Amino acid sequence: MIPRIHKDTGWRLFVRTVMGRAYSRAVGYQRQLSRLAIEVGLPLVALMAYIFVYRAIGGSQDLIGYVILGGAMSWFWVNVIWSMASQFFWERQIGNLALYIIAPGSMMAILLGMALGGMVLAAVRAGLIIVLGSLLFHISYAVSSVPLLILVFFLTMAALYAMGMMSASLFLLFGREARYFIDVAQEPVYLISGTYFPLRSLNAWIAGVASLIPLTLGLDALRQIVFARSAALGFLSPKIESAILLGLALIFLAAARRSLGYMERLAVAEGKLTEHRA
Amino acid sequence: MLRTYWSSLRTATWLGWQVEANWTKPILFALYTVARPLALTGILVMLYATVTRGDFSSPMFAYMYVGNAFYTYVGAIMTGMSFAVIDDRERYHTLRSVYVAPVDIRWYMAGRGTARFLTDSAAVVIMLLIGIAFLHLPVHFTTIHWPLLLATFAIGLAALAMLGLMVSSLALLLPDSAWSFGEGVAAALYLFSGAIFPIQVLPRVLRPVGFAIPLTYWLELLRRSLLVSAPGSPTLTTLGNLKLLGIFVVLTAVLSAAALGTFRWCDRAARERGMIDRITNH
Repeated sequence: MIPRIHKDTGWRLFVRTVMGRAYSRAVGYQRQLSRLAIEVGLPLVALMAYIFVYRAIGGSQDLIGYVILGGAMSWFWVNVIWSMASQFFWERQIGNLALYIIAPGSMMAILLGMALGGMVLAAVRAGLIIVLGSLLFHISYAVSSVPLLILVFFLTMAALYAMGMMSASLFLLFGREARYFIDVAQEPVYLISGTYFPLRSLNAWIAGVASLIPLTLGLDALRQIVFARSAALGFLSPKIESAILLGLALIFLAAARRSLGYMERLAVAEGKLTEHRA
Repeated sequence: MLRTYWSSLRTATWLGWQVEANWTKPILFALYTVARPLALTGILVMLYATVTRGDFSSPMFAYMYVGNAFYTYVGAIMTGMSFAVIDDRERYHTLRSVYVAPVDIRWYMAGRGTARFLTDSAAVVIMLLIGIAFLHLPVHFTTIHWPLLLATFAIGLAALAMLGLMVSSLALLLPDSAWSFGEGVAAALYLFSGAIFPIQVLPRVLRPVGFAIPLTYWLELLRRSLLVSAPGSPTLTTLGNLKLLGIFVVLTAVLSAAALGTFRWCDRAARERGMIDRITNH
């Protein structure tokens, strides 16, 4: 007699799928600790180049702090682009995407699991960069409001990862151009989002358009809160930026749900999304 | 033997070009190729403008701008060569076929780097033209020291190929996560080579690293040959062009010996450990 297997359905299945996907991501990285050293050490050294540029031209300590905070937050963006938005593209390359679509769990749950797992790891890297960078360059922080700091951080994360979930479907339409698109989504985004300099240094129109990327407003708000002395360099007030980030998170989540549903229907009806296109 | 080297280099360059460029129309490919280096330059310009309120006529800006423009080649060649190892092994599963083909693997890697060198040259030229046209970069066609520029550039390509060989040899022993290894090393050398700020800005303990790498002298000589009307690195002002070129040649020779040794060791280790056809995607 075959023993009955307990099967979760509904929200329990959703939660288990989230946890399962997050777990494999976290464990995968733990098995490659050398990767953490490479991924923290080398970017920190690269960040130092911008810091020394500021030193060479007489930039203030707060601007150096801007670079460190920007470099740390950029890890979340890297994680969103490489391990969220383009993840289904890589999964298709190695044959996992079809399994995801066949499995009874929801694709939203899989993406959410990837987001949670990735967020934890990106937070470890970002934290290390902030700690090491602050110690090495003697950065002092003047936090104006801890609750607002926490709120802005979590709203930024929600909006960023919702954007990644929304973009995951888009990447499935790509072939080899995916890698180039990722390239374009890194340094050009760092430029228009003011990752290494105050957003206000940019033209207001460019900053306005860049505000559609959650990294832009999230970083600007965080800087105004943790470098209260330089709050005048901010683009909008942190409270307005928080409200916009909340709006972006909701819009991106709704769009992600819609586009994933469309993508799943397309995969089943035409069988094209799961084919390997090197 | 020379014929094998040449055919390996030529075929790998052609292959690299196809892998890089044949997925789209040339104009779209060109846009993708120049976007990243131009953005990096834009970041640097914004850093500078934030502090100096846009004083682009300062010699410090010219120093930084030219160094950054030519440093594009460092990232391109090192990433091109190391990424080829990972891409061929993990994604296309062709590295083992390349190994058994009648090609010299070192020249094959160099060919993949050459493809990236060619594609990124457009970005370097555009960066320099933008600098001259809009940012007061003191480069005048008539005052360029052409013999120095050409000699420096040629030796520099050899140095970059050797750095690329060293990094791609190490990539043979690394898992798929090494896709960013070449880029990471290039980013680290960006700090030490005085590409965008004079080496004396570095803490005293780190300065010897900068003086030990050929890229420092390469960038300084390129600046001297291009920016005839602007001072170069304050750190190296006591050295004349010939002396600087001599140091650059000697360091390139030392680097070449180290790169070839690294390749021999990594190649043997990769074969022994079965890493030539290993797939590590997690």
